[in-house]
Amino acid sequence: MLAAVDPAAALAGLAPGMSLADARARLPDLRLVDADPAGDAQALAGFADWCGRFSPWTSVDGADGIWLDVTGCVPLVPSEEALARELVERAARLGFAARAAVADTPGAAWAVARYAELPASSVRILAAGEARAALAPLPVAGLRLAAEITQDLKRLGLKRIGDLYGMARAPLAPRFGEAVARRLDQALGLIEEPISPRQPIEPRMVRRILAEPISTPEAIEHGLTQLMALLCRRLEEEGLGARRLELACFRVDAQVERIAIGTSRPSHEPGHLGRLMTEKIGEIAPGFGIELMQLRALAVEPLAARQLGLDAGQADGAVAPLVDRLANRLGARNVLRLMPENSHLPERAQRAVSVLDERHGGKPKQDWPVARPRPIRLLTYPDPIEVMAPVPDDPPLMFRWRRVPHRVRRAEGPERIALEWWREPENGQSGAGTDGIRDYYRVEDEAGRRFWLYRRGLYRPETVPAWFLHGFFP
Amino acid sequence: MATLVQLGGGKKDAALAALRATLRRLEGPGRVAAGVAPTGLGPIDDVLPEGGLARGALHEIVGEAADRAAASGFVLRLLAGLAAQGPVLWCLADPDLYGPGLQRLGLAPDRLILARTRRDADLLWAMEEGLKTPGLAAVLGEPHGLDLTASRRLQLAAESVGGLGLVLRQAEAAKAGATAAVTRWRVASAPSAVAVPGAPVPRDFGLMRGRWRVSLERCRGAAPAGEHGYGHWLVEEGDAAGIVAVAQELGDRSGASAPPVRPAGPVGQVEPIRRAVRDRRDTPIRQAG
Repeated sequence: MLAAVDPAAALAGLAPGMSLADARARLPDLRLVDADPAGDAQALAGFADWCGRFSPWTSVDGADGIWLDVTGCVPLVPSEEALARELVERAARLGFAARAAVADTPGAAWAVARYAELPASSVRILAAGEARAALAPLPVAGLRLAAEITQDLKRLGLKRIGDLYGMARAPLAPRFGEAVARRLDQALGLIEEPISPRQPIEPRMVRRILAEPISTPEAIEHGLTQLMALLCRRLEEEGLGARRLELACFRVDAQVERIAIGTSRPSHEPGHLGRLMTEKIGEIAPGFGIELMQLRALAVEPLAARQLGLDAGQADGAVAPLVDRLANRLGARNVLRLMPENSHLPERAQRAVSVLDERHGGKPKQDWPVARPRPIRLLTYPDPIEVMAPVPDDPPLMFRWRRVPHRVRRAEGPERIALEWWREPENGQSGAGTDGIRDYYRVEDEAGRRFWLYRRGLYRPETVPAWFLHGFFP
Repeated sequence: MATLVQLGGGKKDAALAALRATLRRLEGPGRVAAGVAPTGLGPIDDVLPEGGLARGALHEIVGEAADRAAASGFVLRLLAGLAAQGPVLWCLADPDLYGPGLQRLGLAPDRLILARTRRDADLLWAMEEGLKTPGLAAVLGEPHGLDLTASRRLQLAAESVGGLGLVLRQAEAAKAGATAAVTRWRVASAPSAVAVPGAPVPRDFGLMRGRWRVSLERCRGAAPAGEHGYGHWLVEEGDAAGIVAVAQELGDRSGASAPPVRPAGPVGQVEPIRRAVRDRRDTPIRQAG
C-alpha cells in the first residue's frame, strides 16, 4: 500500500492508498521507501515546536499539518504574508513541500491550504471577508468532515462548498448530523472556533530576536543575562519567584534547543537563576546559529512560601542556592536527604528522597528509631558470606567476606527481625514463613572492626543456613 | 556532650592565643577569623595548634578499606557537636549511610544533605560549592582519588568563607602523593577492652565499647611530637548519650597490648589521664610561652 507519493509519481497517476502491485504495474521502476509514521510525526512535532517562535499557540494537525494562531503576532513579524512566506521557505529548505494559508477562521485557512489550486510552496492570504468567495469553488472535503459524510454529500451532487451556501439547514441536519452546518459556519466565521485554549499572553515569558544568529556560549550567556534581568524584574513586581524556568533557543535550521532549571524555593534573583542556567548552556547545540531566545517561567510561587525542612533555621536561606546548584548539575534525584520510614526491616527503615521533593518537605512525620544499635553504613543488598557457626543459635566463630577471613572475637545477639509478611518475598526467598526471619548479630573481629551479620530463616538440621553481611558499625 | 579530658592549661593561654593569631596572619589573609571546631577530645585538641580542627581548612582522614565504618564513625562523632551550626553536606558515590545508626551516633540525619556523584570530578565540584557556601557546619567527601591540585582547590574554597572540609580516604588511595590538607589523620578500629583486666572473656559475652586508634600524621602549624608524627590516641566510644573519651595516648603505634580503660565518666566530668605523657608531647610554642 502506498502511504505517500512524490510529485513525479503523482503525475504518473499514482496516489496514496493504491496497492503496491497496481503501482508497480504502472511504474515498474518505482522506488520505494518504507513509511515511517512515527518519524514523520516526530519531524512534524519538531517543526511545530519551532513555529513557536512566531506564535505561542501552535499545534499539530493530523499527520501533515500545523496550526498557528497568529492573532496579534504581527508586531513580531512585518506582515502576515511575510510570516507565511517565511514558514514555507523554511519548510522548503528543510525539504518539505508546504503550502500556507492565512484566513480569518481556522476552517477557511484549512480548506484553502489543502484544497485551493495553489502552486507548490506558495502562500495565500485571505483578506477579511474574502473567505466566502474563496471557499465556494473548493471541494466539500475542505470542510473537515468525516470521509463518509463527504461521500454522501458528493452523491447528492453537493461537490463544492459553494453548493452548500444556498441549502436550507433544516433538511441537512437529520441526514448528516449537525456537523456539516457547524463546519460551514465555522469556516465562514459565523460561529467561533478556538484552535487552542485562549489565555492571555503569559506575562512570565520574555523573548529576544537576535539580529545575527549566535552560536558561541558567551553570546548565549549574554543574551540569557539580559532576558533573565527582564524576567526577574517582572516577577519582582508581582512578588513572585520562579520555581522552574525554561530557556528555548530557536535555531535557524528550525530546531529548538531547550534547557530547564528548577529551584528549591522561589527566587527572582537574576544572579542566582542566571548562574543555574549558565551551567547548562553547554547542553545547547547551537547548530548553524540561534536566531531567537525565549525565557519562560514555567512555575512561579509567592516568595518565601516554602522552607527546605533541613531544620537549619536561618541557615536555610544560604543553603537553598547551594541545593539548587547541586540539583542542577547532579540531577535532583542525586541530592538527597534521609527520611525515617515505618518499617521493621532495616533496609526499609529509611528512604533517601530528593531534597527538592515537595512531598517530603518540612519535618519527618516520625522519629528515627534509636532503641537498638544500628550500623552507620548499610549495604543496600546484603552480601552473602561464608560462616563457621556452632548450631543452632550461636553467633559465628569465623566468617569470610569478599575472600577475607574475619575471626570473631566478640559477638552480641541474636536480634530477631521478622520480615513483614504482607510484603512480596525478595529474590530467592520462598515467601514469608520462617524464611522471612532474620537473626542479626553484632560481631567484632580481632582487629576491632564491627559488622552486622544475619542468618536467614530458622535453623534446620538438614539445610546449610544462609548468612549475610548487612552493615558496619564504627 | 563529650567528656573533656583536660590535661593542663592555665595562664599562658592568652599569650599563646596572641602568638597563634600572629602566625595565622602570616599564613595568609584567608585564615583570619575562620574560627575553630573543637573536637571535644581534650588531649587531641591540645595538640592541634588552634585547640581544635581549624575552620576554613581542609582535613584529611584516612581509613582502611576493609574498615568501612571506623573513619566515618570517628568523623561523625566529631561532627555531632557541630551539626547544631548548620546542615552538613556529604558527597559520595554510593550513599550507604544509615539514618538510625547516624542518629544513635549523635548526628541527626535531618541535618544531612547527601550528594550522590558518579564521578570524582562531580564530587570535588560539589565539595567546592559546599565549602564556598556560608551556613554549612561541614562538608564531607569520599573521593576515590585526590591530587595536590584538587585538594588545593578545596583548601582555597574552604578559606574563602571559613568552611570546614573533611575528606575521607582509603589507605591505598591515600598513599599516592601529598595533598594540601591542613591535617591528616589515620583512623582504624581497635579491639575493645575487657571489663576486668586479665580476666578471660567469653566470646559471646557481648560487645564492649567500640574503640578507635587515631593518629595525627600531619598538622600544619604544630611541631611533630616524635618520629611517628604528632600524636596517637586510643579513643573509646561512650554510651548512646554520645560520650567519647580519650582512653589513652599511645607511645608507639604497635598498641597490641591495650591496657584496660577506665569507664568514661558522665557528661561534663573532667578526668585527667596520664599527665606525664602529655608533658613530653608539648610543642615548642608551649615551651616558649
